Amino acid sequence: MTDRVFDIGVIGAGPAGLAAATAAASVGLSVVLIDAGSQPGGQYWRHPDEQQVGETDHAGHHDWTTFTTMRSALHTAMEAGHITYLPDTQLWLIDPVKEATARRTLRLTNSYTAGPEQHIARRPTEVTVDQLILCPGGYDRQLPVPGWDLPGVMAAGGVQALLKGSRTVAGRRAIIAGTGPFLLPVAVGLAEAGAEVVSICEAGAIRNWLPHVAAAAQVPSKGLEGAQYAALMAKHRIPYRSRTIIRAIHGETSVEAVTTCKVDSSGTPIAGTERRYEVDVVGLGWGFTPSLELPVMVGAQTRRDVDGSLVAVVDDQQRSGIPGVYIAGEATGVGGASMAVAEGKLAALTAAADSGRPISPRDVSRLQHKIKRFRGFAVAMHTAHPVPEAWTGWLEPETVVCRCEEVNYGDLCTAHEELQADDARTLKLVARPGMGWCQGRVCGYAIAGIAASLCGREPSEEDLRSQGKRTLASPVALSDLAALNNEIHL
Amino acid sequence: MTTAVESGRTADVIVIGAGAVGAATAYFAARAGLRVTVLDSGPLAGGTSSACEGNILVSDKEAGPELDLSLYSQKIWREDLAEFADLFEFESKGGLVVAASERSAQSLHDLTERQRASGIQVTNVPANSLTDYEPHISKKLTAGAFYPEDAQVQPMLVVAHLLRLARELGAFVHTRTPVTGFIRKGAAAIGVQTPQGDFHAPSIVNAAGTWAGNIADLAGIHVPVLPRRGFVLVTEPLPVTIHHKVYAAEYVDNVLSSDAGLQTSPVVEGTDSGTVLIGSSRERVGFDRTVSLPVLAALAAKAIDLFPVLEDIKAIRHYHGFRPYCPDHLPVIGPDPRVPGLWHAAGHEGAGIGLSAGTGKLIAQSIIGISTDLPLGSFAPERFEQVLT
Repeated sequence: MTDRVFDIGVIGAGPAGLAAATAAASVGLSVVLIDAGSQPGGQYWRHPDEQQVGETDHAGHHDWTTFTTMRSALHTAMEAGHITYLPDTQLWLIDPVKEATARRTLRLTNSYTAGPEQHIARRPTEVTVDQLILCPGGYDRQLPVPGWDLPGVMAAGGVQALLKGSRTVAGRRAIIAGTGPFLLPVAVGLAEAGAEVVSICEAGAIRNWLPHVAAAAQVPSKGLEGAQYAALMAKHRIPYRSRTIIRAIHGETSVEAVTTCKVDSSGTPIAGTERRYEVDVVGLGWGFTPSLELPVMVGAQTRRDVDGSLVAVVDDQQRSGIPGVYIAGEATGVGGASMAVAEGKLAALTAAADSGRPISPRDVSRLQHKIKRFRGFAVAMHTAHPVPEAWTGWLEPETVVCRCEEVNYGDLCTAHEELQADDARTLKLVARPGMGWCQGRVCGYAIAGIAASLCGREPSEEDLRSQGKRTLASPVALSDLAALNNEIHL
Repeated sequence: MTTAVESGRTADVIVIGAGAVGAATAYFAARAGLRVTVLDSGPLAGGTSSACEGNILVSDKEAGPELDLSLYSQKIWREDLAEFADLFEFESKGGLVVAASERSAQSLHDLTERQRASGIQVTNVPANSLTDYEPHISKKLTAGAFYPEDAQVQPMLVVAHLLRLARELGAFVHTRTPVTGFIRKGAAAIGVQTPQGDFHAPSIVNAAGTWAGNIADLAGIHVPVLPRRGFVLVTEPLPVTIHHKVYAAEYVDNVLSSDAGLQTSPVVEGTDSGTVLIGSSRERVGFDRTVSLPVLAALAAKAIDLFPVLEDIKAIRHYHGFRPYCPDHLPVIGPDPRVPGLWHAAGHEGAGIGLSAGTGKLIAQSIIGISTDLPLGSFAPERFEQVLT
C-alpha cells in the first residue's frame, strides 16, 4: 500500500484516459493513471506487446499518431514524476468521499492481465486522490440469437481485438453481421489477414451507404478513407447486404453455418428470404455498451442515450454532478476515439480549473466545440443504425440469454407471465440472468430489452440501471478484502 | 403480466407490501376464500425480502414468543407449503454453529441445553467431528452444535410464487402503487388512497416491513419499526464447498443485542447457484446505503477464519438490506385496537423470511375471526404505547 495522495486519479488508459492524464500533468497536477491493460491504448489502440514486436507495427489502426504522441507525453510525464502509471491494475472499489479531506481512496488489485511476476511485486492496494476522472470506455454490445453461444461466434470487437492484439485470424470463412460502420473495418481486417468473408449483414437499410458509412468509420479522416474501404471490399469481393440479419447459427460443437434472412424496417424477419452460409466464424456487432459501474458507484446521474445505452450525465465541461468527479469517453455516450480524446482533455482542464489552476478559456471552448461536432455526428450514426426494435422476436424459447447462469429466453417469458416480473430488476432476481461471473456485462442490455418487450414498452433507464449497477467494480479475492480489516478503524 | 389497476378496487383484504410477509398473508387469506388486493410502492420484494439470505432458522432463538412463532412457522413451511418447496428452493440444509474458544464452547453448550428443553432439535458436535459436517472448516474451533431444522429458501422466489398462487385464487397484485393515506369511517380504516385511486376493504394489513412505521403514521398511530442494516458478500460460483449454514456462536448474542453500533459475526453458506453468501453485520445507521468497507473487510476476514479455503475465492458483489427492527426484538402481528380494520404484520427483524409463513397464516385466521393457532398477545401492536407516553 501507499500513503501517497495524488491531485487526480484517472481510471482507464484508452483514448479518453490517456488524454486526461497527459493533459492534467501538463498543467502541473500530479496524476495516478490506473489501467487494467498491460500497455496504454485501451481497446481502441490495442496493439501487440511493445516489448516483443517493437513500436512500428500499427496495421489497422486509425489516429495512430494521436496515440503515439500521447504515449510519448505519458512517458515524459512519468520520467518527470508527474504521472504514476499503474498498468495491469484493476480498481474494484471507490470509497465514499472522506468528509474531513474531501478525498477518495481507490481500492486496487491485480487485473486479469497481471502475470505471476506482478503478483510478487505487489502493486499498491490503494491510492488516495483529490479528484477523479473516470474513463472506463466500453465493450461490445451483444444480442442473443439462436446458436450465439457456440464456439466460433464472437463479438465483432473480439474479432478485431484478436487481429489488433495478436495478429490472429479467428477463422477461415467468416460472416460479419449487426449494424453500423464498425462492421466494415472488422470485415476488411479479416480479409486482409487472409480469411474469406462471405458477407456483411447490415440490419439497417442504407441508401448511398458507402461514402456515408465509410466516412463514419473514421472521423477524423486519418488512416483509411471511406473510398479505401470500398476499394478493399471490392478487392476482397465482400458482399454487403442491408436489411439482413443472422437468424440462426448452426453447429454441433462449434459454428458450421448460419441462416440469414431479410427483415423489414422494424427488424421483423421476412419469410422466404432465408439463405444458408457455411462458415467457421461469426462476428456480431451491435454497437457498444459503455462501462457504467464506476459512474454509478460514485452516484452519478444516468440517462438512456440515443443508442439505447445507459450513459452518465455530465455537464458541458465533463463534470458528473458529484463534486470532484469527472467522466469522459464512451461512458458519457458512445462517440468514438476522437471524441473521447477531446472529452478527456476537457475533463482534465475542468478539474484543474475547479482546483484553482489557471487554464486557457480558449482551450476549453475549442474542445467544447469539437465535442459538440463529434456528438452531433455520433447521434446521426446511432439514429441511422439502431438496434432493430423487433430484435427480441428473433429469439426462440431455448435461446440462451445469460450464458453464466444458463438462463434462456423461455425462462424469462415464464418469469414474466407467471411471476409478474415486469421490469429488468425483477426478471434478474426471479430468473437469475446477469447474476453470474460477468454480472450482466454481456447480457445486461439484452435483459433490459427483453423485459421491456415482454411488457410492451420501451426499455427504461431503470431497466438498464438495474443491469449496470455493480457493487464491486471487479471481482476481488476475499483475502484482499480481509487484509483491509487490520488497516481500517471500525 | 401487468394487471389493470382497476382490478381489485373492492376487496375483503388489502395487503400493503409485496414482500415475504405480505405474500404469505395474501396467499393464506386467498386460500381462506377472501378476495385479496396487494399493493406495493415498488416492485415485487423491493425491500428487505430481496436483500437477505432467505433464512428459516431455529438455531438463533431462545425460549419465548419468537421461538414459538419460529417453530410454528417451521411447521407451516414443512406442511402447508410443502408441495411448493421446490419452486422456491426450500432446502432443509441444517445449521452448524461453532465456537472458537473454550469459553464460547461452554456457553454454546448451555444454550443448546436450554434450546433442547424448548423443543429445538440440536446435536452437540465435538471439535474433532466438525469436519464430518464441513470438510473445509477451520481446525481451530473448540465445539459445535448442529440444528437439522435450519433451512433456507430463495426469498425472491418465495414472494413471486406465493403471490402467483394468491393470484390464481383470485387475488390482485399492484406494484408501483404506493399507499398515501387511509380512508376512515370514524376510527376505523375502510380503505386506502393511492396515486392510482382508492381501494376499499374492511380489513387492511400493514406488511410494509422496515417501512411499516410510515404506514402506521398514515393511520395516525405509532408503530416503532426501525432499520438495522446488514451487508452480505457474494462469491463467485463454486463447486459445493459449504454444505450447511455455518455461523459462529457469537451470532446469537448479536441477533439478540440492541446495540446501535456495528456488530459482525460470520455466517457462511452455499446456495443452489453455487455462490457462497457471507454475512452478517448489524448496524443502526438509518437507511444509509453507502458502502461500508470496514464491514466488508470484517466479513471477509471472519469468513476466512471459519473456512480458510475461501482465502483465494473472489467476491463478485455485495448487497445490503434493512432489517425491520422493533425495540423489544419481537414482530408486530395482529389487529390494532386503535384503528379497527387495521392489522400489522411487520417488524420481524432478521427472521422475516422464516417467520413469514406462520405470520401470514395467523393473520388470515385473525381476519376471518377464528381462534389463531398461536396467541398473538406478545406481538400486540399497541404494546409500545405505555412506554412512549
